[in-house]
Amino acid sequence: MIRRTALSLFALALWPGMTLAQQPLRVVAPFHVDSLEPSRDGFNFTRMGVAETLVGADDGGLPVPQLASGWTLSEDRLTWRMTLRAGAVFHDGTPVTAEAVAASLLRARAQPGPLANAPLTSIAADGPGVVELRTSTPFTPLLAFLAESSSQILAPASWDEAGAVRRLIATGPYRLAGFQPPFRFEVERFEGWNGGPPPAIARAVYESVARGETRALMAESGRADLVFTLDPAGTDRLRRSPRVEVRVMPIPRTQTLKLNAGLPFFADVRARQAVSLAIDREGIARGILRSPAAAATQLFPPTLAEWHVPGLASLRRDPAEARRLLAEAGWTPGAGGILAREGRPFRFTLRTFSTRPELPVVAASIQESLREVGIDMQVAVVVSSEIPAGHRDGTLEAGLMARNFSLVPDPIGTLLADFGPRGGDWGAMGWNSPELIEILAALGRSTDPAERAALRGRASTILQAELPVIPVVWYDHRVAISRRLANVSVDPLELSYRIETIRWAE
Amino acid sequence: MGGVARALLRRGVQAVLVAVLVSGLCFTLVRLLPGDQAMRVAEGRYGYDRVTAASADAVRAELGLDRPAVEQFLAWVGRLAQGDLGVSLVTGERVVVEIAYQLGHTLLLSLAALSLALLAGPALGLFAGLRPGGVLDQAGMVGAAALRALPVFALGIGLMLVFGVTLGWLPVAGFHATENLVLPALALGLGLAAASARVARDATVAAVNAPFFGFALLRGLTRAQAVRQHVPRNAAVPVLAYLGVNLALLVEGVVVVESLFGWPGIGHALSHAISARDVPMLQGTALSLGLIFVALNAFTDVAILAADPRRRG
Repeated sequence: MIRRTALSLFALALWPGMTLAQQPLRVVAPFHVDSLEPSRDGFNFTRMGVAETLVGADDGGLPVPQLASGWTLSEDRLTWRMTLRAGAVFHDGTPVTAEAVAASLLRARAQPGPLANAPLTSIAADGPGVVELRTSTPFTPLLAFLAESSSQILAPASWDEAGAVRRLIATGPYRLAGFQPPFRFEVERFEGWNGGPPPAIARAVYESVARGETRALMAESGRADLVFTLDPAGTDRLRRSPRVEVRVMPIPRTQTLKLNAGLPFFADVRARQAVSLAIDREGIARGILRSPAAAATQLFPPTLAEWHVPGLASLRRDPAEARRLLAEAGWTPGAGGILAREGRPFRFTLRTFSTRPELPVVAASIQESLREVGIDMQVAVVVSSEIPAGHRDGTLEAGLMARNFSLVPDPIGTLLADFGPRGGDWGAMGWNSPELIEILAALGRSTDPAERAALRGRASTILQAELPVIPVVWYDHRVAISRRLANVSVDPLELSYRIETIRWAE
Repeated sequence: MGGVARALLRRGVQAVLVAVLVSGLCFTLVRLLPGDQAMRVAEGRYGYDRVTAASADAVRAELGLDRPAVEQFLAWVGRLAQGDLGVSLVTGERVVVEIAYQLGHTLLLSLAALSLALLAGPALGLFAGLRPGGVLDQAGMVGAAALRALPVFALGIGLMLVFGVTLGWLPVAGFHATENLVLPALALGLGLAAASARVARDATVAAVNAPFFGFALLRGLTRAQAVRQHVPRNAAVPVLAYLGVNLALLVEGVVVVESLFGWPGIGHALSHAISARDVPMLQGTALSLGLIFVALNAFTDVAILAADPRRRG
């Protein structure tokens, strides 16, 4: 009798733990899930562990094996041979073959995305477990391009005859168990995954909640386990909650001021430097982002260790020096304290957008700082696509935005798009540097670590001196983690939520 | 033709006019808005980080957005005449399929909010009106004024803080369980309930002071019997008429509440369709909201006719 009672009590004591283990892990982030198409919403599925790419990336952005267990590059640096993980199977139980992977990559290449811009000449199976990719020129960033979410590998049965993805048959540690666009999908552990130890979490739910206030309250109420992209204002309150741990970590995203250097105002580098010297970065970082360390001293944040140059002269605030440079460039005080040259006031309009709510506030701060040195900047809060549209039709004078350097895990992918001969939609405008263009091309060719480091350092130096885009602040990634969870690690590149390594706390 | 049939016919004609006007206006206004439609659609598809002029060009070519507006309009009218609302420019899914999913959620939320406004509001108003100037009347006036003054957004956040975070009784947001409905329905319905309570209170006071009420007492009915027989029906007419007029507030509130609580309804879809210049979705969602408005008004007409026999002639 006593033994039976003791056993019952023991079972009762275990009961809450069993309940917890049966619960789904609840992940909340602001991103909608409109479709299964990898080039549109694929990042949600790679982050939740449903889909894998051939190559992953470590916290520093360096390539690591994922669905490919290894790779080799030919001596002429034109042919990559990717060896597939032995025994890997798709979620429908069919084996992952080189033909299937090649078909998936060819399909990805036909969609908008980084792979479409890679100089690939062929993608084909080379034996049962090897995929061969050929490029027209040496292109070492290819591994980073393959790590981008739109390059995720799907079984050919995923798409219909027209090429539209109808089912998501991928290879990740979790498979799709329910899909309710645009707000929610459910995943369950895929027992056939052989890419690492079996995940401890059996089921997980992704929910898209657009408003930052709502996400923060969901975390605080204990009804969400992992909440991503918190607002700075909501973070302070969450830190006081016993249910939640808040982690703040720098990510490779920089708030930049894009100037149209084709305009007479900004063609002179001294004017661009003066704008940079006028900006109160520390005030913006402390007062708006609530992260004093976020004031940008150069384009690349320290988290991009390979690109951040510690010895580079830091960007700083010096309004007096800004005024001196402007005077040197021929600007003299005019009506209302606004500088003028040849009868024209130093006046321009900056476009920004509210998708990131801090941007209009930062724009107002910059407006005030520039007025102190005699520059009249008007702020137009528009939709984000007005910046690339203005770049295209030449009407953009300046733009304030948040640029993500880890869309492709190696920033070279973003730099090639931003600082080409004709600038870039989100990068330089009316400015180019033949030296920088050659450096970026050389980085694409080189595999020598020392040579690559020197090239990266030189590229950072040119961008710091010429300021075709002016860095303002670096971003932090703010994540609320339920104290019911253990072994949580946050990916600074935002490629994965890493739920396959999480477990419920004892 | 009976009063009900006449009312329904009138609302039916109104529905057709709403459909034509809303659809035509959506088509025209989207083209008058500043900005490149292809860029906006590309942004909706790929996210702002990834949109480029090249992706916008691909969208423009795929959707034929560079065709003359008249040509696009005629093509759209032709499809609409066949009952085809088209395909979402952002998701590639048929608009009918998307709306069918979202409409169910919006109707559920709206009906929950309306039920609250129709059940709680008039009942409180009736009790307050039976003792004008009493404690319940005074408290009701303060409460109603506060609820009406609060923006839906602030009310929603307050409900989340109290019932979701502090008390932990209800989920803050989401839509997968029945309990998820409670807070958004309260946020949407409390304002309407407060206003209908005040209208019901005034109507009750008017009914109690009317000659027919005094005559009922003279006939020998007790006060309770007179109230039961005469007050609810007389108070119902102005409450229903008021709600009919204020249903536009409900439709407006749906947009805010759905976004705040992560509720996948038509209102949320409408705001996204505007942002992404997704014309077919915009037309579909605006049309649905317009027709919901007409349907609710038709329901109000019929309810008023049922409550007030004098109007049936």
